[in-house]
Amino acid sequence: MSRTLLKGNVAIAEAAVRAGLQAYFGYPITPQTELLEYLASRMVELDRVFLQAESEVAAINMVYGAACSGVRAMTSSSSPGFSLMQEGLSYIAASDVPCVVVDVMRGGPGLGNIQPSQADYFQVTRSAGHGDYHPIVLAPASVQEAIDFTTLAFELAERYRHLVILAADGQIGQMMEPAELPPMQSARETRPEWALSGANGRKKNVITSLHMQPEDEEAFNQKIQRRLAKIRQVEQRSVEYWTNDAELLVIGYGTAGRIAYTAVERAREMGMKVGLLRPQTLWPFPEERISELADEIQSCLVVEMNAGQMIEDVRLATSGQVPIEFFGRMGGMIPMPDEILNAIEASYARITRPVAHHANGVRG
Amino acid sequence: MVTLIEDVPATMQVVYQRPESLSCVSTHYCPGCTHGIAHRLLAEALDELGLRDRTILVAPVGCSVFAYNYFEVDGCEAAHGRAPAMATGLKRVQPDRIVVTYQGDGDLVSIGAAEILHAAARGENITTIFVNNAVYGMTGGQMAPTTLLGQKTTSSPFGRNVSSSGYPIRMSELLSQLDGTAYIVRRSLHDVAHIRKAKKAIVTALKAQMHGLGFSMVELLSSCPTNWGIPADQALNWIAENMLPYYPVGDYKVHPEVTTL
Ligand SMILES: Cc1ncc(C[n+]2csc(CCOP(=O)(O)OP(=O)(O)O)c2C)c(N)n1
Ligand code: SF4
Repeated sequence: MSRTLLKGNVAIAEAAVRAGLQAYFGYPITPQTELLEYLASRMVELDRVFLQAESEVAAINMVYGAACSGVRAMTSSSSPGFSLMQEGLSYIAASDVPCVVVDVMRGGPGLGNIQPSQADYFQVTRSAGHGDYHPIVLAPASVQEAIDFTTLAFELAERYRHLVILAADGQIGQMMEPAELPPMQSARETRPEWALSGANGRKKNVITSLHMQPEDEEAFNQKIQRRLAKIRQVEQRSVEYWTNDAELLVIGYGTAGRIAYTAVERAREMGMKVGLLRPQTLWPFPEERISELADEIQSCLVVEMNAGQMIEDVRLATSGQVPIEFFGRMGGMIPMPDEILNAIEASYARITRPVAHHANGVRG
Repeated sequence: MVTLIEDVPATMQVVYQRPESLSCVSTHYCPGCTHGIAHRLLAEALDELGLRDRTILVAPVGCSVFAYNYFEVDGCEAAHGRAPAMATGLKRVQPDRIVVTYQGDGDLVSIGAAEILHAAARGENITTIFVNNAVYGMTGGQMAPTTLLGQKTTSSPFGRNVSSSGYPIRMSELLSQLDGTAYIVRRSLHDVAHIRKAKKAIVTALKAQMHGLGFSMVELLSSCPTNWGIPADQALNWIAENMLPYYPVGDYKVHPEVTTL
């Protein structure tokens, strides 16, 4: 396969098609709309289901229905639309049906604007619906990663029978880059045994999120928690650059992580011992790796396109071992490499290194 | 407890029994509630058309939230008002299955108004059993969009009044305006003659779906003795005296092809 120039939204859409997406339901919203528009023709060409829903509320519940019949189903939206899906997401999470939801995040709160943002971090990792659960959240930093994570999203959704959110900031959705698409997988013919397809020659299947007895609901919650514990154990993903001797660790995901790379590269050229960790999964958060690195570094700088949300996870992962500083832009503003470099320089300068002892120093 | 007729003596003949599509369990419905009748009619219709093993039932949020426990068909539980959207997802990926939503008036006319309207407008090939009891049953008898003018409920304690709550919505009439609908009728469950007609309508609605004619809905005027605060038998009269005048039974949309089924 060769690399072609692809726009992020289109790349995600085609990657989903190639992953065997059988049903897509969505509602237009910038900066995600190209995804819907692309699938409007592509899915029909392939004789698969495409439907423009009357709202994001309807779209997520259509996805829920399609997923209950055991096919690969997906919707995509951007921040305000994603907010509208909360109840449906929670029902999905409470029903053990695999679903993939794409959130191409934009500036907020409110109607905000259509510029790239990461202000949905809390929403996607914490409050994607009521109740005790986390979805799996993947955060691509390039068009190629958006493609790879789309494929991965369907695999993880089915492996764990869990909700997976592809959280791409608007920059990833809108930019064009050369990238390689995976080969085409045909839509799966067989249906899982739990699927709703008619009780023909078997006992009836029921999919519900209702457990009237608190004991039953607690038992179900425990089941979800066991699943989440497993996911937390094996699915933490991140990439690192220059971390082996880093004194200052920069942490950023998606577009912020990518711009931070340029800044860290320059800091290295300037002789500063700075490293970068870019989380690829926002949930499970790569806490294990960050916790290990916390033993080796002196300080940490979190870079986000929001007011500081992931920073809370970094604090939890580092357990107060090192100072955590923050640089962020909000409201659809994208940080410039120079700005991040300035923040790096300032953080680096604040590192208090242990005073070197003289050979004849007297210690009491 | 449910008693089964195991052995029928040779001298006797079974003339009435549980439809195969109805589960052999007790329901949680209040005594005198017509949800049970609506369930039985749907089950009989599924049996008669041989649809049990290819039907998927979408239960609503409302008193019939456990409907999936009462039918021997595949079933699921939609969020409040979203049954038509969920049914759309189910039906679009498996058009050869029969998909039925069962919804109350709060579910369908209030919170789920957009979903039912658009499913109907798209001509979504599904069937909706719409149980109109003029209140929110499950949450304790609050005002619904179908609550009659002057009707007292726990959230309209002085009687529903136009100046604050506007007029009750006649959903069958409203949906019948949409070109995507194949069969939209209103029936009532308050006496035997009307119940028989309701059953026939459910059969026709399912047939419309089997033939891919578009959206079909049977509205059933139904009782909620518990929240109306009147005995079960009087509740049936209440339907006849108060609901029927505002919600006339009748055929609001019958696609020409439906008449040939
Ligand atoms: C999003 C949401 N809002 C509110 C509720 C609470 N609720 C449960 S049932 C119900 C009303 C159901 O009334 P109706 O549809 O008329 O059915 P009935 O109980 O009368 O059969 C409400 C408001 C809910 N479960 N979910
Ligand atoms: S509350 Fe009303 S609608 Fe609900 S089961 Fe009781 S009588 Fe029926």
